[in-house]
Amino acid sequence: MKPGHGEVLIAEGDVQSAEDEQRLVEEFRRQLEAGLWAAVPSRDPAGRRHAQMVRSFADVPRDADRVIFFPRAAGGR
Amino acid sequence: MLLALVATALVAIALLSEELLPRAEELFSRYRARRRMAPVMPYDPGRERRAEQRARALLRSCVNEEEWAMYRDLGFIRVWGTQADGPDEAGGTRGAAYAYLIYPHRAIVAYLAQTHRLLNEYCVVFPDETRPYGSARLPDSDDVLAKWMALTGDEHRLISTANMHLPGRQLDPARVKRDLWRLAQWERARMRDAARSESHTPLDTAG
Repeated sequence: MKPGHGEVLIAEGDVQSAEDEQRLVEEFRRQLEAGLWAAVPSRDPAGRRHAQMVRSFADVPRDADRVIFFPRAAGGR
Repeated sequence: MLLALVATALVAIALLSEELLPRAEELFSRYRARRRMAPVMPYDPGRERRAEQRARALLRSCVNEEEWAMYRDLGFIRVWGTQADGPDEAGGTRGAAYAYLIYPHRAIVAYLAQTHRLLNEYCVVFPDETRPYGSARLPDSDDVLAKWMALTGDEHRLISTANMHLPGRQLDPARVKRDLWRLAQWERARMRDAARSESHTPLDTAG
């Protein structure tokens, strides 16, 4: 998510490919270093949707089809 | 006499030009530099609308069908709270079920599900820190999705990040109560529709 623009595709690849995975890891790290939060849309066993906040690439489920980065929350007025 | 005046004027102009010409040149070069530095961004009236359309599609792909319908029909999403004793600093709910209402670019409101008593407002923003001068805010649906992800992913973290206020600080409590009433009506209507379609299905398949 990008303010003023909405959804922007940052990177895509197949984690089964070592080259792709390395690129995804680097991009993931870059986004977190830029201060963004990362979340993976998921489903619980009952089928309810929720988000899983992830702080490292290792936390991302291998079968996740996307990771959404969004600005870090801050207290508002 | 006239000749003297003309001569005086010419001398005055010549003297002043020495002072004024460099300043005029400097002003002109500054103006040109400013023109070069400021990027010419043509106004695009559809940019925000397209961003919002993309954001709505993303929101729809992430939240539950009921939540999407709620947002589409009512303009907000309800997320159930999961903490055993309610959100932080809310004085404890003694185990009573509670939930949050998520509005775009407004505070998150916590309330008791049974009584509709408003607990607190949680003011939270998602500022863009990736650019030195900041930028425009998230599209409405992205703001809702960011709150939804943060609440369903780590409720405690979001609530402790937010600034807590008593109800009424940002959202009119009467409006929130009205929204809760609208939500109850909306849920009843959905349940009626679901029951009706279930009762009609066997007949349809038989017929």
